[in-house]
Amino acid sequence: MAALALPKRRAASGGAGPLGLGIATLWLSIIVLLPLAAVLAKSLEGGVGGLVDAITAPSARAALLITVGVSAVVALINVFTGTLIAWVLVRDDFRGKSLVNAIIDLPFALPTIVASIVLLSLYGPRSPIGLDLYATKPALVIALAFVTLPFVVRSVQPVLMEVDREAEEAAASLGAGGWTTFRRIILPSLYPALLGGAGLAFARAVGEFGSVVLIGGGIPRETEVASQYIAKQIETDRPASAAAVSVALLAISFAVLFALRYATSRRER
Amino acid sequence: MRFLSALAAVLLALVAAACGGSSDEVGGGDNTAAASSETTSKLSLVAYAVPKVGFDKVIPLFNQTPEGKGVSFSQSYGASGDQSRKVEAGLETDVVNFSVEPDITRLVKAGLVDEDWNANEHKGIPFGSVVTIVTRKGNPKNIKTWDDLLKPGIEVVTPNPFSSGSAKWNLLAPYAEKSNGGQNPEAGLAYLEKLIGEHIKVQPKSGREATETFLQGTGDVLLSYENEAIFAERNGEEIEHHNPDVTFKIENPVAVLNNSKNAEKAQAFVDFLYTPEGQRGWAEAGFRPVDPNVAKEFAADFPEPKKLWTVDDLGGWDKVNAELFEPETGSVAKIYEEATS
Amino acid sequence: MRIALRTAALAYLGALVLVPLGMILYRTFENGFVAFYEQVTTPAALAAVSLSLTIVAIVVPLNVIFGVVTALALARGNFPGRGILQAVVDLPFAVSPVIVGVALILFWGNDGWLGGALPVIFSLPGMVLATIFVTLPFVVREVEPVLAEVGTDAEEAAATLGASKWQTFWRITLPAIKVGLAYGVVLTVARSLGEFGALTVVAGGVAGESQTLTLLVHARYIDDHNVFGAYAASTLLMGLALLTLVLMTTLQRKRA
Repeated sequence: MAALALPKRRAASGGAGPLGLGIATLWLSIIVLLPLAAVLAKSLEGGVGGLVDAITAPSARAALLITVGVSAVVALINVFTGTLIAWVLVRDDFRGKSLVNAIIDLPFALPTIVASIVLLSLYGPRSPIGLDLYATKPALVIALAFVTLPFVVRSVQPVLMEVDREAEEAAASLGAGGWTTFRRIILPSLYPALLGGAGLAFARAVGEFGSVVLIGGGIPRETEVASQYIAKQIETDRPASAAAVSVALLAISFAVLFALRYATSRRER
Repeated sequence: MRFLSALAAVLLALVAAACGGSSDEVGGGDNTAAASSETTSKLSLVAYAVPKVGFDKVIPLFNQTPEGKGVSFSQSYGASGDQSRKVEAGLETDVVNFSVEPDITRLVKAGLVDEDWNANEHKGIPFGSVVTIVTRKGNPKNIKTWDDLLKPGIEVVTPNPFSSGSAKWNLLAPYAEKSNGGQNPEAGLAYLEKLIGEHIKVQPKSGREATETFLQGTGDVLLSYENEAIFAERNGEEIEHHNPDVTFKIENPVAVLNNSKNAEKAQAFVDFLYTPEGQRGWAEAGFRPVDPNVAKEFAADFPEPKKLWTVDDLGGWDKVNAELFEPETGSVAKIYEEATS
Repeated sequence: MRIALRTAALAYLGALVLVPLGMILYRTFENGFVAFYEQVTTPAALAAVSLSLTIVAIVVPLNVIFGVVTALALARGNFPGRGILQAVVDLPFAVSPVIVGVALILFWGNDGWLGGALPVIFSLPGMVLATIFVTLPFVVREVEPVLAEVGTDAEEAAATLGASKWQTFWRITLPAIKVGLAYGVVLTVARSLGEFGALTVVAGGVAGESQTLTLLVHARYIDDHNVFGAYAASTLLMGLALLTLVLMTTLQRKRA
């Protein structure tokens, strides 16, 4: 009898069945959606006016601007250094290359507070080379560059590996120099990966907390980033303000990720 | 698959093996009295940011008494207001020690501490300190008085009064001097407006974070507890402290939570803090004892300022907190908010 | 030219990653191994290790179960709102850890949506929830593409041969996603051990009770003024991170 039974057509809810889908939805709701909704609700506790006031308070505004500014700079830095590193990893060959390749993932696996201490030991007041960047914007850039290192590299690497060598060779045989070849043949195919990687780096940087908390100094309006401001608002018993700035920060991350997704899908067409 | 299960087994073993234990002292430095003998009970302590150095002395002394034998402690230190709010919000503990009385009053209002917590002769306060001015070693900018803080270009490091108890003491000290014990509030507030508006840039969360920020190189002057300055100096930091001629008496309260699972032991511990042995422990750690005899013994360590204002002179904490520090309505709160938000 | 590029890349990596890491290792061990060992075996440190591992031990199985279920629903399903579910899975990547802490307080806290009905904040459940939030995407994102690629042929064949759903899952689906699942688990473990921002907001931070390794590092540096102790604990965490890195690299090769 079983041999004659037709295989069940794929149900509308797929391999997990309607129960599985229900479980997944419930899980995601309890863990992610409902708490985030609570943030949104709290931010609107004083109405839209309250939300706007909390976000435009001088220190809040400064924190958001610093965060976005420094993260943008870091994303840009990553575009260059990430491509450079990916290029060297794909096209070059030297002893220890696989070790270097593995090291790229280290910031991904390393706890952020450890990153903060690590960078502080070299670039802080106890620096053995006398380079004290504690509580300066460059310190923020260094910390964020550290934690976002893998993003662009790992985005670009697979694309570089697939690049059509023939076009490059043709260009070379026609007399194009290395840089021209790179600029006109290779780079265009990298744009989506670059944008994607830079976007991820930016989104990660704007939310970063652990790695900047020790070396950044958290000086309001100078080196205090949005996540530190939010933590401060919670610690001084101002949850509505914390929620409001959280919403602003989330909006910024989502906007950038969304814009990037839109830009890359347009390019791919 | 097998590899993963092996990993899981190792994890579980580690998890099971290393449970308990709360002291962060290396080897012999911890409360060995409790560690070597059987731990008969555990007490949990939630305190403000700086008294760890005191408890590190006093807890072993307590363990040597019959009541304290075998009692191990888990401790949490942080900004006074922050810690108080955490306890109110559900952080379980047996004993609390905050920087300022309002942080205990909050718990009384929440029904977690009995109203008669401060009924003993010392009003619930086993130790204290005075507000002091800390500068870099050699005092290069020659800062000794409250007026010196207002010299142009001087950056003062003091914590955020909305989370820190230390911050409140630091602001009350010059306020008391300028307002002559609260008789002339306008003069006091005028000073604070200048201080907060023009000389404060950073807002560390707690007294300890303020010290840390100052030691990392920020600011010219740190306002803090005398005991914290002593602690840093004994640690070899390149700083020095001057008690201004007119300063403020810091009194740090201790209370037992009425929902403590170990109320008797907790009370025994708190009582111990007032005994001569306990008081000596505090004095050796740099805190001013409240027992007059012990205070005499350590008089050399704790110079008497010319004028020492107290919270009682200003009308008591309820009045002071409501008038000055209440968020949104307190006069100092408003000044701070204006200057830093 | 090639040498120049290589040098530039290595110099950047050196200055940013290798030299600082080397510094910490040097500072940790310059007083000998015993000093390091003492710092990582204080009662508080052992309790912190225990707590961090406990959290991992709870978070991983939960993420595996719910992650695989979600991946199945997304890879094989075709239902309205699939795009939204996909986006929600990716959401944790875009949320700052501090915001995670705030969200949990506002939902589970005494003044939150549930009125503090369940004791979550400042205790283990709160720390577990925060960690699950930030590690949620890993298993799903590693398993889903494998499921999509592998297709349902083998499973459908098994169904025609009379295998129950559970048998099909256990003997066909699970082996197929083994490597992807393992990689997702490794990422989850790494992220769990490293969680800090959300825990600063949501954890009690009581030494010996509610202090993870990351919180211990911070407390030692800021509260205790125990810089060497902070370095030692950081090195311990770094060791765990390196172990995870090795596992990641090995599994990556298996995947490719």
